[in-house]
Amino acid sequence: MIKENGNETSTEDLLKTAAAWHDEGRKVALATVIKTWGSSPRQAGSIMIIDQNMTMLGSVSGGCIEGAVIQEALEIMDHGKADILEFGVGDEQAWNVGLACGGTIQVYVERLEAT
Amino acid sequence: MKRAILDELNLAKARKETTVLLTNLKNGEQELIYPLRSDVKHPLLDDLKTAIRDDKSYVHVTENEETFIQVFNPPLRLIIVGAVHISQFLVPMAQSVGYEVILIDPRSAFGNKTRFPNCEITNEWPDEAMEDLKPDHRTAVVLLTHDPKLDDPALEASLQSDAFYIGALGSKRTHAKRLDRLSSLNNLKRIEGPIGLDIGAKNPAEIAVSILASITKFLRHGDKK
Repeated sequence: MIKENGNETSTEDLLKTAAAWHDEGRKVALATVIKTWGSSPRQAGSIMIIDQNMTMLGSVSGGCIEGAVIQEALEIMDHGKADILEFGVGDEQAWNVGLACGGTIQVYVERLEAT
Repeated sequence: MKRAILDELNLAKARKETTVLLTNLKNGEQELIYPLRSDVKHPLLDDLKTAIRDDKSYVHVTENEETFIQVFNPPLRLIIVGAVHISQFLVPMAQSVGYEVILIDPRSAFGNKTRFPNCEITNEWPDEAMEDLKPDHRTAVVLLTHDPKLDDPALEASLQSDAFYIGALGSKRTHAKRLDRLSSLNNLKRIEGPIGLDIGAKNPAEIAVSILASITKFLRHGDKK
């Protein structure tokens, strides 16, 4: 359902899916790439959606940092305070999660609010 | 993100209207703007329009605020006039690059599902079809019929639109004749003719590559050489 090549198409599908998940009563978080430096596989504006069961769709990197973003997203689903996560070379955490592509990336994570 | 904003965003996308989501990164406040509407006023309007043209989301920094400008452009479209041999290669290539492809050819012997199984086809005359399709700033138009009866009306319609690319097949001589025929129209320089990047393409598939390369260049670099 998600096409990696058609960026716009996939974003559209993701936002529709986020609404559908929310309608089902799931908790939903959105993770959006807001800044990239150097080489990074997903450009600013790329989106990933996550629910409370760690179901995820879309991507914010080539698979390097999604795990760490999901962990953070679960917390943000609970307390509701949006946050900016940064991953990059030289950052111990980024190395641990395997951002081997050589770039730095900032991801904005927020909860989908009913009102 | 508030659910109301998500719903509004989904509606705008369904209408294929360009929107920009502004997120204040300090306090999380968000607003949805429609910068291409004629009555819109916003302090960042020029920046938003540039972001839309470049299809580039980014963090806009001022002294007191950081705002994430997130562009939601409608999908890219490619309108091809002429269901010819080149089109049989261009259609799948453009689809895999992310274009929604629409093929126009009133000659049903050319434009039919047997020859083009996975593509929207209209057998209307190009001027009528173009009126329905309304090319926008995310649309490329390619004229491949060699036949002035078919190409010219489509060209005329394209020149009045915001299409980011207009290309017409034919040699330098053919193109010069075309420009003569259309000399009463404005903006003829917008037409790329001969069509495509000069990569020495020899057969229909290679010509399709050169056309798609040129479209990509216009999309990403504007009309810079």
